Amino acid sequence: MSTDTHPIVIIGAGQAGAETAIELRKLGHQGRLVIVGEEAQVPYKRPPLSKAYLAGSIAEESLYVMPRPQLEKFGIEVMTSMRVERIDRAGKTLALSDGNSLAYSKLCLATGGRARMLSTPGADKPNVYPLRSIADVQAIRAHCQPGKRAVIVGGGFIGLEVAAVAVKMGLKVTVLEGLPRVLARVTVPEVSAFFEKAHRDAGVDLRTGVQIEAFEGAERVTHVRLGDGTRIETDFIVVGIGLIANVELAQAAGLAVDNGIVVDEFSQTSDPDIVAAGDCTNHPNPHYGRRLRLESVQNAMEQGRAAAHTLFGQPKRYDMVPWFWSDQYDLKLQMVGLSTGFDQFVLRGDPATRSFAAFYLGDGKLIAADAISRPQDFMIAKKLVALRAAVDPARLADESIPLKSLLPA
Amino acid sequence: MPKITFIQPGGASETVDAKPGQSVMEAATGSMIRGIVGECGGSCSCATCHVYVDEPWFSKLKPADEMEAGMLEGAVEPGPQSRLSCQIPVTEAIEGLTVRIPAGQV
Repeated sequence: MSTDTHPIVIIGAGQAGAETAIELRKLGHQGRLVIVGEEAQVPYKRPPLSKAYLAGSIAEESLYVMPRPQLEKFGIEVMTSMRVERIDRAGKTLALSDGNSLAYSKLCLATGGRARMLSTPGADKPNVYPLRSIADVQAIRAHCQPGKRAVIVGGGFIGLEVAAVAVKMGLKVTVLEGLPRVLARVTVPEVSAFFEKAHRDAGVDLRTGVQIEAFEGAERVTHVRLGDGTRIETDFIVVGIGLIANVELAQAAGLAVDNGIVVDEFSQTSDPDIVAAGDCTNHPNPHYGRRLRLESVQNAMEQGRAAAHTLFGQPKRYDMVPWFWSDQYDLKLQMVGLSTGFDQFVLRGDPATRSFAAFYLGDGKLIAADAISRPQDFMIAKKLVALRAAVDPARLADESIPLKSLLPA
Repeated sequence: MPKITFIQPGGASETVDAKPGQSVMEAATGSMIRGIVGECGGSCSCATCHVYVDEPWFSKLKPADEMEAGMLEGAVEPGPQSRLSCQIPVTEAIEGLTVRIPAGQV
């Protein structure tokens, strides 16, 4: 029997999975398309979870990539609250959590990741929350009343975004970061210091270089005990300390896995009938000449489209410059490129004005930039980084010279 | 349900029913309009939903704020009637809105 009559199946109903399905339809794929997702919802956008959705300023429906009637209209079947337990590559079938099996012609792994949790004593108590899903945010929001105390573990994007929203809602917020500064893995000390001041000015009790010894309390955590003996009283805890890629299914199926599901520049795994996209992949990045595993919506969507091209038989090389953003208070942080290995650093503008940019150079070329409430600088930096432009640091720092003029004619 | 027309760089056009409360970007992505990606989900951070808004609607819209204007400066082929469609709320008042999608916007 020809397997071509079977659907293309996408495991994972996150943004990579959704974008793969949508791109396949845009390309003109006529056959059946099935997305299998373990959450209760149709695919939705995750970036607003720690921002507008936590703040309560947008409704759940507005998070959906597409409402169900539209998905149906475009022939994208979504199985919700369903897990894939096993991939049988030889038989090209999937074992589902309801006991049924699902045959596939081709498969896309868009399994994403799950929030990393702490192994600290007491971290398994019910008022300790990760923030990765709509369900997580709904649980957190139930605690968000003025005067309540929140302890946020982790001074990365998620932790700081939650702190900004929570303090604005009138909560007493403490942020605990183990490293000596916030955003330590993604930016320079100058930018970290700027964000630390912004949070402290807003009323957040931000502590860096701290160790968490235990979460104390009987049924629920009531105190967080630090390494120096300090005890912080709290009503609940949000943990934002990174993500673990969901690679177990791929690994059990015998696919190559090494800090993510290993794919080539066409999003192909070590099985010709299986592609992978999004947070779960370890993929080659031509721009930086090395392999990356990225946790970003840009990567989820762009790699999803690349995977769709491969599934459709029109492979397109996946070549991108990563970018990221974070909204905290009235500040917009936009970052382009990866600054790892920079040998020169230039500040443009004065952080005291709450609008400035940081540029990272390697061998005289612009490799990355962080813009704080400077959208125009971010957009130009995106082009300069993509071009690997050789730029004069003095001109970068000189605000009287428009950044645009540094673009090659 | 206000109708919005999207015109592709090649001239093909598609009219969709939008819902008040959505943004023009969401009306587009919900109908799989090519060239409007909305990668950042509508937070004015990526400029992948850039459009040119036809008159008379362009002049009727609330003008772009500083953040949007900054993003537009570096968007794909910006023009005098450029807007980010995620920043245009759908209301009954924009019935018939027509926007053009820039060439070269994935």
